[in-house]
Amino acid sequence: MMGDDETTGPTAADRPATMGADVLVAASGLRVYFPIRSGTPLRGVVGHVRAVDGVDLEVRRGETLGLVGESGCGKSTLGNALLRLVEPTAGRVEFDGTDVTSLPASELRSLRRRMAMIFQDPYASLDPRRTVGDCIGEPLAIHRLHRGRARRAARVGELMEIVGLNPDHRGRYPHEFSGGQRQRVGIARALAGEPDFIVCDEPIASLDVSVQATVLNLLVRLQRELGLTYLFVSHDLAAVRQIADRVAVMYLGRVVEVGAASSLVSKPEHPYTEALVSAVPVPEPERERERRRIVLAGDIPSPAAPPSGCRFRTRCPKVFEPCPDHDPVLQAVGGSASVEQFAACHLHGVTTTPPPSSPSSR
Amino acid sequence: MMAVGGPAADRPGGAGPGSADGPGGGAGPGGADGAAGSAVLAVRDLRVAFRTRRGLAHVVNGISYDVPPGRTLAIVGESGSGKSVGILALLGLLPATTQVWGSATFDGAELVGRSEDKLRQVRGAGIGMVFQDPMTSLNPVLTVGRQVVEAIRAHQSVPKAAARSRAAELLAEVGIPDPASRLDAYPHELSGGMRQRVMIAVALAGEPRVLIADEATTALDVTVQAQILELIRRLQDERGMGVVWITHDLGVVAGIADHVLVMYAGRTVEEGSAAEMFGAPVHPYTRGLLGAMPVVDDPRTARERDPLLTIPGLPPDPVALPAGCAFFPRCPIRADERCAHEVPPLTPVAGGRRHWAATFYSPEGA
Repeated sequence: MMGDDETTGPTAADRPATMGADVLVAASGLRVYFPIRSGTPLRGVVGHVRAVDGVDLEVRRGETLGLVGESGCGKSTLGNALLRLVEPTAGRVEFDGTDVTSLPASELRSLRRRMAMIFQDPYASLDPRRTVGDCIGEPLAIHRLHRGRARRAARVGELMEIVGLNPDHRGRYPHEFSGGQRQRVGIARALAGEPDFIVCDEPIASLDVSVQATVLNLLVRLQRELGLTYLFVSHDLAAVRQIADRVAVMYLGRVVEVGAASSLVSKPEHPYTEALVSAVPVPEPERERERRRIVLAGDIPSPAAPPSGCRFRTRCPKVFEPCPDHDPVLQAVGGSASVEQFAACHLHGVTTTPPPSSPSSR
Repeated sequence: MMAVGGPAADRPGGAGPGSADGPGGGAGPGGADGAAGSAVLAVRDLRVAFRTRRGLAHVVNGISYDVPPGRTLAIVGESGSGKSVGILALLGLLPATTQVWGSATFDGAELVGRSEDKLRQVRGAGIGMVFQDPMTSLNPVLTVGRQVVEAIRAHQSVPKAAARSRAAELLAEVGIPDPASRLDAYPHELSGGMRQRVMIAVALAGEPRVLIADEATTALDVTVQAQILELIRRLQDERGMGVVWITHDLGVVAGIADHVLVMYAGRTVEEGSAAEMFGAPVHPYTRGLLGAMPVVDDPRTARERDPLLTIPGLPPDPVALPAGCAFFPRCPIRADERCAHEVPPLTPVAGGRRHWAATFYSPEGA
């Protein structure tokens, strides 16, 4: 009924990446710890916030991997670490076969052209004193693309058209645009270097519902037209379901479950995923009032001192004997023929990992 | 502080109120559960405008509703729809540049035009409020206990020690573990969910008969939101409070509301029982809003799904509202010649039991 201005229907060529499909970005044993410094002089570092604490994750070429979790679970830090916008404490990230974590700055810069980021708040991420045309063109200058004033201007106009902005507005400033339009500017800027991989970090969280829909539709259309690979970081599981082929769920620095988006939501295998799915309201009163809601007790523990064994055990409604002593690893729990599902939970057989070494290297 | 009344010519909209013969009467919409007269809070044709450099900004343009005890009214809208301003205005919580017209009675007493002193008696004691961000609503340099005690003593003359033990009771009631020791905690020492529980305890301190939750779970994670929704539902049952939920989240509304009011550009564009509003939305704006929401348990994969519905364009400028239906410039239907010139009144939806819409469009057969 309403403006179907963004996408056309799916085609057979749009099938999601399947098992064995090639991996564009791979993290292994990734840890990002932030030092906690004492307020008292000379006492130095008194602990670490383990924002990302041992993550193995693959993003396959052409797919959208949704990364969901609640505040403080480490999902944004993980997204940043994949682009090496924060330095990992341990572990490695490979981008198209190249180890990003050990790359010198000069080589990292040329690789960076192929990766981009879309931020939550396009107002905070755009320079208010520069025109949107300059904001969008900046990556072209950095990566020395489309050199020459006329060619660069033509490319900026093209990018604005791709995201549905009027190229005649290139001389305007960010404050002259609405929130949704500003997010389009942010997306155009991200596309400037013709990236393969884009980390979308809560790209719709600060927008109204009707505007969220236009941005989600735009991201879907761009992916299909440009063959992009997305990591879509969000706390909004309903939005993630709309765009993601696969979903990874994070809790307290760890990926606790990963699998095809549809099966992970319809048949969650980790108790945390189950609670998370049950807590997302659906806009249908009869169904919403009949749904069984799992209300978790208590708060998320501090990422500076995660619980022993399984990190979710302090709030888990299904906690049992092995949970406090054994740290579960991701193991295959089913899923579809094409996309396996993995969960880190002892309910699927007790597994354990060796305790992490302390963050000393790098 | 508030300019009240004013000649009819001053009224926003020019073309007259959008709901002249709709709400306001006992038989009209606006009641969270029929029976007018039983309402604790009754709002009639409320209008709010701000003086700005560019002229009067007409932010609320004639809304009416009832809040009966024990019932939940949800006011839904996007940024700038006037959903919060309508409530803040009648509690006197807006700056002095605000003009308010219409009527809002609490327990039969008129709120519009009341002095600040008299409004203060209603705020807290009559009507409690919980806002979106507990970190900015709570004072960061005072302990939680002190803030709850302050709220208690603002409405009752009780000695400090008694107020303190009452505060601990309130913290226990809102589900804060180990309440007696938490009295000495500062807001930053608590999680977002716990801070929101403290805010609810502060709101309950005056034993309000109506609780207003203004985007009260918006800043919270979904699992914490689930805890707070459950808490407020329990408190409502135990205390028989009327609850007004102001939110943009139709999913939350679907779970808790008895009666739903959808606002656009300061007017009610559609209202009714939750089942009717969600089951058979009529107004093109409501339909667009519902179609724009992804559904988490839709079994189709992302690639199989259709694009979400979108509503192109932006809401109108409150300083220069369009002459006709405020949604007309963005409306994909534009069903009637009158749409561009006449504000559609809120009228009963054909075949509906408790369902009104302000549109010239009727979807039967469409």
